[in-house]
Amino acid sequence: MIQISPHAEAALTCTLDERSLYLRRLVLGSVRSAGRGHVGPALSLIEMVRVLYDDVLRIDPNNPGDPERDRAILSKGHGCLALYALLADRGFFPLSELDGFCGSDSILGGHPEYGMVPGVEASTGALGHGLSIGVGLALAARMRERSYRTFVLLGDGEINEGSVWEAAMGAAKHGLDNLVAMIDYNKLQSYGPTDYVLPLEPLADKWRSFGFAVQELNGHDVGALRTVLKQVPAVPGKPTAIICHTVKGKGLPPAESNADWHHKNKLTDSELDAIRVAVGDF
Amino acid sequence: MRNTAMNMVHKLAARDERVLYIGSDPGAGTLRAMSKEFPKRHLIEGISEAHIIGMSAGLAMEGFVPYVNTIATFLTRRCYEQVAVDLCLHNLPVRLIANGGGLVYAPLGPTHQAIEDIAIMRALPNMTVVCPCDADEAARLMEKTLDWTGPIYIRLGKGGDAIVSKAEHGFEIGKAILMRPPGEVLMVTTGIMLQRAIAAADQLAAQGIRAGILHMHTVKPLDAEALLQAVRGTKLVATLEEHVPSGGLGSAVAEALIDRLGSGFPAMLRLSLPDRFMHNYGSQDSLLKKHGLSANAIATSIEHALAASRSSAPQLHST
Repeated sequence: MIQISPHAEAALTCTLDERSLYLRRLVLGSVRSAGRGHVGPALSLIEMVRVLYDDVLRIDPNNPGDPERDRAILSKGHGCLALYALLADRGFFPLSELDGFCGSDSILGGHPEYGMVPGVEASTGALGHGLSIGVGLALAARMRERSYRTFVLLGDGEINEGSVWEAAMGAAKHGLDNLVAMIDYNKLQSYGPTDYVLPLEPLADKWRSFGFAVQELNGHDVGALRTVLKQVPAVPGKPTAIICHTVKGKGLPPAESNADWHHKNKLTDSELDAIRVAVGDF
Repeated sequence: MRNTAMNMVHKLAARDERVLYIGSDPGAGTLRAMSKEFPKRHLIEGISEAHIIGMSAGLAMEGFVPYVNTIATFLTRRCYEQVAVDLCLHNLPVRLIANGGGLVYAPLGPTHQAIEDIAIMRALPNMTVVCPCDADEAARLMEKTLDWTGPIYIRLGKGGDAIVSKAEHGFEIGKAILMRPPGEVLMVTTGIMLQRAIAAADQLAAQGIRAGILHMHTVKPLDAEALLQAVRGTKLVATLEEHVPSGGLGSAVAEALIDRLGSGFPAMLRLSLPDRFMHNYGSQDSLLKKHGLSANAIATSIEHALAASRSSAPQLHST
């Protein structure tokens, strides 16, 4: 059974500020334009990506290849709409690109591609790859004596993959305290509850026993995310895992904790109305 | 061949600080000298091939050239998605050094026999597939791996294979080597089938059949120009491979000939392992013999196919 964490309860009840609503309008605008998209997985992720790109990552949209930049990998590539919204808003590419999402000539596909999308560090979409790549990036930083940090965003369903735990052991072996794994723990994967599909609990203990310093928080609490992310590594000599309790579809009532909104093909008029009520005109 | 390839990693590491050795759980003492001289660039990462490939991709993104090494089946079957996505999609310079290509691990059974590795690696865009025939050629190949763009799959033989490659032929990835000029027959080989082809050609010559040999150490990219040049005037093209019939050297050669020659396609004999897992043990040599890949059997098969091609229209034969 999933133990009800106070962070999980807070994630359900907390309200969103104007910037979080604005980012949701960008995401849902892309879905409306394309007639498709992974809605729920993007909406659970927005505050995690927002705080990373607004407050934590040392990055320059005008110099996306800077060797000293912090690296961020969206290992749960299907949450890309949240990443695209942030990258566009931060100036990595024009906001107008968001309207072309999944179009035949667009740079923005249903999963993010390295070399296609400025600011994307690795092509993801097949799950269970990002943390290993992150281990390689973090180890390279140490070997090259570079100060950049590597952040990897993982889905909770994604960590069903054994490769994630291989990578976790590797990160701990090397004591990569320049590596941070952020888990979007919305407790709902494609088919249904994580607790039904493949139980993850005790999740914090798992990461702890794999050698990570573990933090837990409400993944929609921008202040808490800022505080924790600005204090990494949580423990010197250890990689950090931040378990972000979130709500799938957060901010859009019909989508919240609703597996039917994992991926949407077409938004109906009544759904569009519900979106306007929830996040404002878009 | 394996020791030579390993020692070359050490040599390359001494020359170029981008070079890393990454093993999963190799034999005790593997590259011990390198581990002492360059401890930070000699990494043993555990029986976690999927992770190792992803980690190598991350290191390659930062400018390193990782040489990843384990048994061929584990480096291909276990982590195929990581090879496809992390290495090939990103087109990263990671080198996969596969111990025991083909039936080298015959006594250990089908879990350890890499009989379809060429096919599945060859199918991946951006992947290069090379099968050296002996230790000397492996050394020449390794020299060329440092600055090759994109990932390379290196299929190693057992070690102790007779040295038949020649320094004067040089070595370029993607350039086939004409070991004997073509006659009525052209044999196309990869890996350690070259030694068998040479012995078979000698037997055929004793019967008055001139058989040339084109050594296709690089199966991808295939040297189609050299192939077309060599098949000109031959009556039979025979491909020899320690691999299942689907997707390996024989397939690659047939594809190239069909694409370039169309109706002028010559008679072809594909000599390979059967399309099934091996359920016998013994040795690499005994299994090859059992499946018609001894020099004697190769010569006999070619003789029969040549006779058949003389009496009928061009056709494809397969074992």
